[in-house]
Amino acid sequence: MTADAPRGVDAPPELVQLLTPEGERIEHPDYDIELTAEEVRSLYRDLVLVRRIDLEAVALQRQGELGIWASLLGQEAAQIGSGRALTDADMAFPTYREHGVAWCRDVDPVKLLGLFRGVSNGGWDPAEHNFHLYTIVIGSQALHAVGYAMGVQRDGAEAATIVYFGDGATSQGDVNESFIWASVFNAPVVFFCQNNQWAISEPLEKQSKIPLYKRASGFGFPGIRVDGNDVFACLAVTRRALQNAREGQGPTLIEAFTYRMGAHTTSDDPTRYRLADELEAWKLKDPIERVKAYLFKNQLADQEFFEKIDAEADALGKDVRSRCLALPDPPPGAIFDHVYAGAHALLDEEREQYLTYLAGFER
Amino acid sequence: MTTLTLAKALNEGLRRSMEDDPKVLVMGEDVGKLGGVFRVTDGLQKDFGEDRVIDTPLAESGIIGTAIGLALRGYRPVCEIQFDGFVFPAADQIITQLAKMPLRSLGALKLPVVVRIPCGGGIGAVEHHSESPEAYFTHTAGLRVVACSNPADAYTMIQDAVRCDDPIIFFEPKRRYWDKADVDLAAPGLPLDRARTVRQGRDVTLVAYGPMVKTCLEAAAAAEEDGRSVEVVDLRSLNPLDMDVLTESVTRTGRCVVVHEAPVFTGFGAEIAARVTERCFYSLEAPVLRVGGFSTPYPPSRLEDHYLPDLDRVLDAVDRSFAY
Repeated sequence: MTADAPRGVDAPPELVQLLTPEGERIEHPDYDIELTAEEVRSLYRDLVLVRRIDLEAVALQRQGELGIWASLLGQEAAQIGSGRALTDADMAFPTYREHGVAWCRDVDPVKLLGLFRGVSNGGWDPAEHNFHLYTIVIGSQALHAVGYAMGVQRDGAEAATIVYFGDGATSQGDVNESFIWASVFNAPVVFFCQNNQWAISEPLEKQSKIPLYKRASGFGFPGIRVDGNDVFACLAVTRRALQNAREGQGPTLIEAFTYRMGAHTTSDDPTRYRLADELEAWKLKDPIERVKAYLFKNQLADQEFFEKIDAEADALGKDVRSRCLALPDPPPGAIFDHVYAGAHALLDEEREQYLTYLAGFER
Repeated sequence: MTTLTLAKALNEGLRRSMEDDPKVLVMGEDVGKLGGVFRVTDGLQKDFGEDRVIDTPLAESGIIGTAIGLALRGYRPVCEIQFDGFVFPAADQIITQLAKMPLRSLGALKLPVVVRIPCGGGIGAVEHHSESPEAYFTHTAGLRVVACSNPADAYTMIQDAVRCDDPIIFFEPKRRYWDKADVDLAAPGLPLDRARTVRQGRDVTLVAYGPMVKTCLEAAAAAEEDGRSVEVVDLRSLNPLDMDVLTESVTRTGRCVVVHEAPVFTGFGAEIAARVTERCFYSLEAPVLRVGGFSTPYPPSRLEDHYLPDLDRVLDAVDRSFAY
């Protein structure tokens, strides 16, 4: 990247890319992938649908229906590509922005919205989807993923673990500790860093003086940088890393080089810290438009297909909206539920006292 | 009956737990070949292998964070934090993750992780090796916090802690590791969340846990020579707190003195004082008094005898209670 050019205009040379921003398919000696027309159409559908869920959530937040939302806009390819690389047996550990990965793991989007609406601090069963709960403290889940992978290793299971975090998280002690653990125990884990260039208002230069994927070599395992806006490349690179992990070759760090098009969360104002030309430059790398161009150019989809997907997205948006609005507030007693697995005398006493107090207003 | 030190009782308890359940793991710094700096895990790696007794890198957050992951995969990790003052690098994982993840999942996840912490002073150690951080953890909902004080309890409590589906902070009184006592290896022991009256008395209740139980028993014996009948309650569990035993005792004796090593200011004794006052107000002959450390960092070891409550400071508090 030259000093004057907006961030990301000059793609780093080591980037694994299989589909150009113009929709041209290119070969890569190590990471090529065979995709049927149906598979490409399916990836396109996922990209469009998760963008629509995201846009609907942003709108709901603006209307006061969600307390906050962390948008994935711009990061759809990184999430769908890596998410689709997972087998049912693999386990994923997300941050709070992995709505696309959640989609790939069949987590109801309304459950994600419920968290941001404030009806629960999680709300889905991780074991049911092999998709862990959202983690808000930055980087904590990297250690959970490695521990889980160590369990997989002890079970002798044919599975890998993937953990998602952002560029900012690479500064955290927990992420660095997780690299050490993964390395020395040869844990079957893939570290998937979505480098979206900004940790709220802090640019990547505040996190690292070297490209993030190069961090891996210092810990003794491979690091690879992939075009995070290229769903084909993200799928290919992640699939390979997961397979390596399952085969006992240990961890890989994948740096998906991408860009957060929206704010960090809806509480943030990116116009205070970043320039419009940066955003314009990244718009040209849009993860959805390039797949659309590829499908068009190769006559793998017609106008009718795109209209059908758009209609499906509209219907999904409406469905998510209406079910989000219908989410009931939990009853007051829910405050006391699930804090402990076993009986807890203090909590039982507090529950009884508070519910009795509340009941006093009903008389 | 077998005579065991407290450290050996913990070792035996851990061994039983590992034999009973193949999912039980022991992990921490130096827990393998060395057997832990206090030898609590001595011989376990030899018998259960490196996959079940895991020598970890030197990073406390990593120990707890990976233990959480292992628990999510169905294992029951028992983590050793080498010394009390070293738990703070792991505090984030304990407080923001270990304690709250079951709730986050609406009960779908259980985290049966035991965090063993050798705690307290009295062994002439350097800074950060003699602290009593219990209040940080009793203040964190989602954790259970227990403290053993003698070999028999240590043996059963560690096994109960491993069996429990909730995360547990397990405090071990490091200066009592070498105390010996008879342990019935077949006896079930008190439930983990119950307090025990370890000495009956009529005039005043001493409330203690961990290393101060022995000090309070010594004080009670000395007070008897002065004609005072002192009851001693070993809390065993700090969260949840067994208020039934405390209420019964203080209602009967009318006086209560809480003793711990941690600083008195916003220490665990404050919680006892408040709750005992609420429950036993009309039975109390004197305010609930507290004996503990000062509002200072733990001092250099040449001064620790001044910082740590001893028999005389406990007796002085008993005298003050009778002065009302």
